[in-house]
Amino acid sequence: MMLYYILQVLILIGLVSTAAAVIWFKDLISAAIALGASSLILALQFYLLRAPDVAIAEAAVGAALTTAIFIFAIKSTDRTEGYK
Amino acid sequence: MNVKMSVVVRTVADIMVVPIVVFGIYLILHGHLTPGGGFQGGAVVASSTALLIVAHGAMKDNKTDLSNMESTGLTLFFLLAMVGLIMGFSLFYNSLAGTGGIFGGTVSGINPGYINTGGTIPLMNIVVGMEVIAALSLILWMMAKRSGSLEVEK
Repeated sequence: MMLYYILQVLILIGLVSTAAAVIWFKDLISAAIALGASSLILALQFYLLRAPDVAIAEAAVGAALTTAIFIFAIKSTDRTEGYK
Repeated sequence: MNVKMSVVVRTVADIMVVPIVVFGIYLILHGHLTPGGGFQGGAVVASSTALLIVAHGAMKDNKTDLSNMESTGLTLFFLLAMVGLIMGFSLFYNSLAGTGGIFGGTVSGINPGYINTGGTIPLMNIVVGMEVIAALSLILWMMAKRSGSLEVEK
């Protein structure tokens, strides 16, 4: 049970730090990769909360498909954040 | 414009597509027994399309095929929902369960994992999986084509 709480705290730290990294990065491709990492940690938390159905959907859609679509969209626009 | 990645990436992508597709089809076919189902398995299979597009950067012009596959899946889903209504019950009624046909087997008590059960639920999982594979692959294909990272072969 102690291991479960330690894992919960680690997942919380990982979620908050990856979500802060999405805002902090000025390079948008790095931000998209950080969003994928955040989504993967969220899928692990869904699995630990005994919702494996949601975890599979989150891992497939959030980590793979959304990251690919974001990267394709960034490639056709500017790579860095902000106006020039 | 050279949008191909290196030979290592392409070879590993070609190898990894096989277990990803097999796992996605497993999720679709066992949707009524284990976690997963049409949408989850379809999203897993469509992620292999993302892997292939990113690695190779070239694909055949299969936009109309994917669009037809999506329309077929949605139409079959509606027809399977109408089966219950035609048999004299309500819409989406599971009228094929326990009739002995395909996916019509019966179990007593908790299902220990027999796949030949469930009635219309596995059939609906299969058609929803078909629709989700086609729709997400079509979205990825269009996004990659418009962003210039995909060479369309005639």
